[in-house]
Amino acid sequence: MFFRRAGISHTRYRDERQIWPLPIDRYTVFLIAALLLAAPFLIDRLYVVSYLLPLIIWSTAALGLNLLMGGAGQIHLGYGAVIGIGAYSSVHMLRAGVPFELAMIGGGLAAAAIGSIFGAVAMRVKGLYLAMATLAMQYIVDFVIIQFPAISGGTQASLPVPPTSFLGFPVEGDRVPYYVALVICGIVTLFMLNVRRTAFGRALAAVREKDYAAAIIGVDPFRFKLLAFWVSSFIGGLTGAVLSVCYYRTIAPEQFHLDLSIQLVAMVIVGGLGSVLGVFFGVALILFAPILLNQAVALLADQFGMNLPMDLRAHLPLMLYGGLIMGFLLIEPLGLAKIRNNIRNYFLVWPFRHSRQ
Amino acid sequence: MDVILLLELAVNGIFVGLMYALVAAGMVLIYKTSGIANLAQGALAMTGAYVVVMLASAGLGLPIWAAVPLAMVVMFAVGAGIERLALRRMIGQPVIMVIMLTLGLEIFLRGLLPGVFGASVKRLDIGIPNAPLFLGELLVSRAILIGGGVSLALILLSILLFNSRFGIIMRAVSDNQTASWSVGIRVERAIAVAWGLSAAMATTSGVLWGATQGVDWSLSLLLIKALAIAILGGLDSIVGVLIAGVVVGLAESMATGILDPIVGGGTRDVVASVIIVVTLLVRPHGLFGREHIERV
Repeated sequence: MFFRRAGISHTRYRDERQIWPLPIDRYTVFLIAALLLAAPFLIDRLYVVSYLLPLIIWSTAALGLNLLMGGAGQIHLGYGAVIGIGAYSSVHMLRAGVPFELAMIGGGLAAAAIGSIFGAVAMRVKGLYLAMATLAMQYIVDFVIIQFPAISGGTQASLPVPPTSFLGFPVEGDRVPYYVALVICGIVTLFMLNVRRTAFGRALAAVREKDYAAAIIGVDPFRFKLLAFWVSSFIGGLTGAVLSVCYYRTIAPEQFHLDLSIQLVAMVIVGGLGSVLGVFFGVALILFAPILLNQAVALLADQFGMNLPMDLRAHLPLMLYGGLIMGFLLIEPLGLAKIRNNIRNYFLVWPFRHSRQ
Repeated sequence: MDVILLLELAVNGIFVGLMYALVAAGMVLIYKTSGIANLAQGALAMTGAYVVVMLASAGLGLPIWAAVPLAMVVMFAVGAGIERLALRRMIGQPVIMVIMLTLGLEIFLRGLLPGVFGASVKRLDIGIPNAPLFLGELLVSRAILIGGGVSLALILLSILLFNSRFGIIMRAVSDNQTASWSVGIRVERAIAVAWGLSAAMATTSGVLWGATQGVDWSLSLLLIKALAIAILGGLDSIVGVLIAGVVVGLAESMATGILDPIVGGGTRDVVASVIIVVTLLVRPHGLFGREHIERV
């Protein structure tokens, strides 16, 4: 572990430009991928369905948001609505008999279309105003979904997902939904890892740093901001389809409210803006911290007789989200990814503290 | 649709709009001094209302005329404390980070206060009789009438504040912080006082709203209305807030009265969002805001 850079000297530029230049990193990634593939056979189904599956789906969504917030520097407080658009349009397509593979892409396209319309509105403004515009989008989309029974699914305002299949496998039980989500997440992750090394990714970075400066060097900020909105909304819509088919099975408007948007923003910030690995850390922390906290509270009640009032217990997750967002912004604005990097860099050259990276 | 009903909707809308405008005025106050839009303004109003409830009926049992000023003092300290502990450390960070920080604060407060003091709706009685008031044939709620009046007075007072010596200091700070420093203005103190004043204003609006609908977490939803008003009026104009408040209040009340029977309810919450989007499309800096000029 400590000497994993020893003896590795890249002699070609190609080698150094690899996503994971160090062999040990590649092996770790392969190991994690293999473990994820084997997970349904290794661990209890309860853990797969209620912990691993949400982790994967939420990570896919947060990756899409991270492209916009970390990659292009555009704030988005309405990403839950984008996911909702994808979920509703794909479920309606499924109910009309469209195969799942196409409905997924259709959901992504619908979300991308509507998301970019709001993006285009938001392009006139930035920073602060963009936050307001996307917040307004969240409320407007919520309103439309709830007010039109044709969309939300009648009086109960819930829409069951019809049985469907993905590439010939029926999406039912515990394992197939997990693998569908894993495949989509894998594709999106690979895309995100590579996008930063393309002209598109570099243009986004230029726009993020300063859009006027980007315009001066010939990168059209409007075009690339809009593209960023498009791509990230597409991924959001795709995730919406996966979320509704593989996880929720029955969708209702309140699953895509502002709470989801805030949760996703918290994930991206806690994980680290612009970092792919960080997103997974952030999602894990935001998803599991409330569960751990609740268990800790229950343990306190059991062992020491410290009964917290119901209201307090119900509001602990909100406090935790808010506290985590504030804490990370104040103490480590680059999030868990930066903390992990610091530790990694420390050990890469350990025990020589001042060696060059 | 008869004239009386329309007039009634209009009068109620105007006064409700003025009450919204008070929340927005606190936002403008902070934006004018430090250039930060405070997304926690709704949560601050909620916090203020909770503090009043705790000081008055549920907790210490102070009479309401003592509880409200005391709560305003407490909230002044809270606001200035937030600025000192959180916002000041973010100076120089990109605006997206600062916005996210205030959003984090909003979420935190929305969890903390209902969590600690109980999530059930708390009654806040500030001595306004419940009996409605008849102006000629118009039926107007007393709480809204008094709330609108108090809000109007406070907003006018803050216009006066901006023309006082301290107001000029604040305007100088918002114009250029470094230049203000060089002429001997204590920039940090000006910003801290702006936060404190804004939190105290939020407390009054929290009390006024709490008197009409009870105190619970939903008071923090005032944020979206206040945002709509602040954006429509221009983020750095108090006069704009006053006029935009009336516009938003009227639009909302008309939408509830006229559109709701047609589409089946719920338009009240979406009006503010539509106003935000339309404003950003047509005139991003608002009716009275200064156009933003940026240097590369």
